[in-house]
Amino acid sequence: MTMRWFYYAAPQTFYGLAGRLWPWLAALALALTLAGLWVGFALAPADAQQGEGYRIIFVHVPVSWMSMVIYLAMAFWAVLGLTFNTRLSGMMTRALAPTGAMFAFLSLWTGALWGKPMWGTWWVWDARLTSELILFFLYLGYIALTSAIDDVRRADRAGALIAIVGAINVPIIYFSVKWWNTLHQGASVSLTRSPSMAQLMLWGMLLMALAMWVYTLAIVCYRVRTLIIERERHTDWVQALPEVAGAKA
Amino acid sequence: MRWESWSEFWFMGGYGLYVWGSMGMTALLLLLEMVQARLAHGRALALARAEKALENS
Repeated sequence: MTMRWFYYAAPQTFYGLAGRLWPWLAALALALTLAGLWVGFALAPADAQQGEGYRIIFVHVPVSWMSMVIYLAMAFWAVLGLTFNTRLSGMMTRALAPTGAMFAFLSLWTGALWGKPMWGTWWVWDARLTSELILFFLYLGYIALTSAIDDVRRADRAGALIAIVGAINVPIIYFSVKWWNTLHQGASVSLTRSPSMAQLMLWGMLLMALAMWVYTLAIVCYRVRTLIIERERHTDWVQALPEVAGAKA
Repeated sequence: MRWESWSEFWFMGGYGLYVWGSMGMTALLLLLEMVQARLAHGRALALARAEKALENS
């Protein structure tokens, strides 16, 4: 089993695996998005308090979840990278960062557009919002640091430190609505009690969340292949790839 | 289907700006990310081809 994992951790093998996976993942993400949008916008009823405005939830909650999940995934790969010094780990961490940054930004953006009509303000320095803003800056810091160092392995190791140390912020975001008195509402879905949402609203949100998950897997599979080509372009196996060698070879 | 007309759908009970501003920005950024990923992949492949041409020359 262990051998198997390290087998797939070799960039050469993972390049092929990711290449076979991403088109299926992308198609699945599209199907889930369409289903989620249909349930969320065509079937789910208006909210008793927020009218139609609550529908921002179908994008706000999924992007916010993903912004946290992706950071934890980066920390996971960073730990693997520092422990086993595998080449793939650094590439996975880097492939995740832009998508994580995008989701963190979207969380803040959609949150502002939801806050304005419901709270009367785009922004407040409340624990939930502030810790999410810090998450966004952590992503930007990771990207800036790794792209500023020319030696890729050194850049990976420096980036891994940001990814691991910054991961402390993720549980702070998650529990912020419990630990502090915040304007932001508590969790709508939790494992310990039944969800405080109508069934269709919940399904719409879960479908969209699943869609974002699968989208992330697809784009990371795609992006990690770009990184593999960039870093291993001197090797024989990359030079022998049909997409590099072309029809002439 | 719970909407009487398209205009009612876009109006979103008065929250149109906020709901579509959220959905629109998300769609836009996802699209940009996919385009960017595609371009970056093309550049990486071009780099590898140039490398190969250099070695063969």
